[in-house]
Amino acid sequence: MATIELERLVKRYGPATVVHGIDLSIQDGEFVVLVGPSGCGKSTTLRMIAGLEEISDGTVRIDGRVVNDLQPKDRNIAMVFQNYAIYPHVTVADNIAFGLYRSKLSQSEKRRRVEQVAETLGLTHLLERRPAALSGGQRQRVAIGRAMVRDPAAFLFDEPLSNLDAQLRTQMRIEIKRLHHRLATTSVFVTHDQVEAMTMADRIVVMREGRILQVGTPLELYENPVDVFTASFIGSPTMNLLPGSLKDGAATLSLGGTVRAPFASATSSEILVGARPHDLVPSEAGSEGLTVSGTVAVVETLGSETLVHIESAGQTIIGSAPGRQIPRIGEQLTLHAPMEKLYYFDKATEKALAAR
Amino acid sequence: MKAAASIPVLAMPKVRPGRIIAWTLLFIGGIIMVTPLLFMLSTSLKDASQVYDLRVIPEAPTLDNYIEILGDGRFTRWLINSTIVAVIVTLSNVFFDSLVGYTLAKFRFRGRYIVFIAILSTLMIPTEMLVLPWYLMASQFGWLDSYWGIMFPGMMTAFGTFLMKQFFEGVPDDFLEAARIDGLNEFTIWWKIAMPLVTPALSALAIFTFLGNWTAFFWPLIVTTSAELYTLPVGLSSFAVEQSIQWEKIMTGASIATLPTLIIFLFLQRYIVRGVMLAGLKG
Repeated sequence: MATIELERLVKRYGPATVVHGIDLSIQDGEFVVLVGPSGCGKSTTLRMIAGLEEISDGTVRIDGRVVNDLQPKDRNIAMVFQNYAIYPHVTVADNIAFGLYRSKLSQSEKRRRVEQVAETLGLTHLLERRPAALSGGQRQRVAIGRAMVRDPAAFLFDEPLSNLDAQLRTQMRIEIKRLHHRLATTSVFVTHDQVEAMTMADRIVVMREGRILQVGTPLELYENPVDVFTASFIGSPTMNLLPGSLKDGAATLSLGGTVRAPFASATSSEILVGARPHDLVPSEAGSEGLTVSGTVAVVETLGSETLVHIESAGQTIIGSAPGRQIPRIGEQLTLHAPMEKLYYFDKATEKALAAR
Repeated sequence: MKAAASIPVLAMPKVRPGRIIAWTLLFIGGIIMVTPLLFMLSTSLKDASQVYDLRVIPEAPTLDNYIEILGDGRFTRWLINSTIVAVIVTLSNVFFDSLVGYTLAKFRFRGRYIVFIAILSTLMIPTEMLVLPWYLMASQFGWLDSYWGIMFPGMMTAFGTFLMKQFFEGVPDDFLEAARIDGLNEFTIWWKIAMPLVTPALSALAIFTFLGNWTAFFWPLIVTTSAELYTLPVGLSSFAVEQSIQWEKIMTGASIATLPTLIIFLFLQRYIVRGVMLAGLKG
């Protein structure tokens, strides 16, 4: 158990800088998810914490101790890799035991620890098997077992679920979450999947092009995204962003209609009005807020709700209708989102304009 | 499964003209390769008077040659010499070629590319050209006429290093990084994690090296002078110089010498084929 602190952390590859001096402080026992599109520097950051990547500048502290020049093995961390990285030539038991390679425990004590971990992860009946005879989910569990057995200061996960199929991914997500709840070990989890980030994190760190855009709890990020990127990255389906121009405290949308703009001032008069699909529901025009009308182009029936894509003035807008209400394609539909559910961004800087 | 739904029909494969040509060529090729072997075996079963009688099946087959050769202390000595040389050189190659190949494949260091090119470029120098410097070196260091003298040029090969480098490049870095986090040191990572992952390549390398050294003739002939240090091929050739040409003895010795090669091929051909295939695939 430990805190992890990153201070002005920089990674350069030759002339290219891939991580631009990031600061982050992770509390003891916290589950932090680094999320962002590929190439945003999230894996590089994780690898610098692990010691697998040299630190170009800045410091990494684990439990208050600067670990910049320590070998991975001396940092007391454990890591789970995307492609599991369990050794194919030894049994499951030996794979897990590799986690105790440097431990000075007796053989019988090691064996006991391995069995205990296997029990926790439901691997007991597989201990004598080779990885080739395991399914993807079982392999990933072995990798987690190898990480767990050492009782490390922190777990580092590098996109551990992206090789699994959708169903297994959901299941492993829950297992990891449950495990974290039980062990309460500080964890840093890297993913490009915002659903994983939302469902697993205590706090999410949104990264882009080697910089941290926003840090916050899943709900904070969902409710108060600081910019267009976070707003459209967090939440699925992605947020509708409608361009408009500001005049006399109201925004005139390019696809028609006006919306009251409840913020003091903006640097430019061009703004984006955001509305999440879940807040944009079929309704009659009239009440205050955002109202858009258009032709139904695509209908996605999910059962619990129906996603409706409507086309209006050349732009596609996604709204949602109740599960049993399925609009016909080609039909005219009016969608409405209440005032307090709208987001406003400066079109030029892409920054959020005001906390609602 | 539905019963009787599909009764397999044994269709006669169509024999296409292309196939017939291919089979004919392969058959001729096979005959050409097998004939000398057959003659070697057949001659080893003849006595001296029958040697120039070219019948494949000897008129009066005899095992006398085998008894004589195996009873001859020199022959067993050469057999042992060959075994020692081939085994040690093979072990050395498996160890050093893969150590260097691994380093070149998995570590980034200044001059890495130059080292690799330097190693590769030695592949382009023919053995005949190297024999002179080898000989001078051996004579300077006093290695002439010794086991070490026979073995030293082959203890590491550029080909083996290249082969192993190609294979290690196919080993995902995640394995090595996981091991680094588990606390293994770099040497142990190579030995315990990386090596087991390239066993097909290792066995191919071992087989090629063993066979190459078992049949090596030119260098052992040059570097050895005393008969008790001859390897099998060199020793057998001495039957031809010392007392006229005793074909039946040479052929008997050659038959015995072929045995390990045959056994290796029979039991390990799976690995040989796979090794050759993989060596071609991983580029």
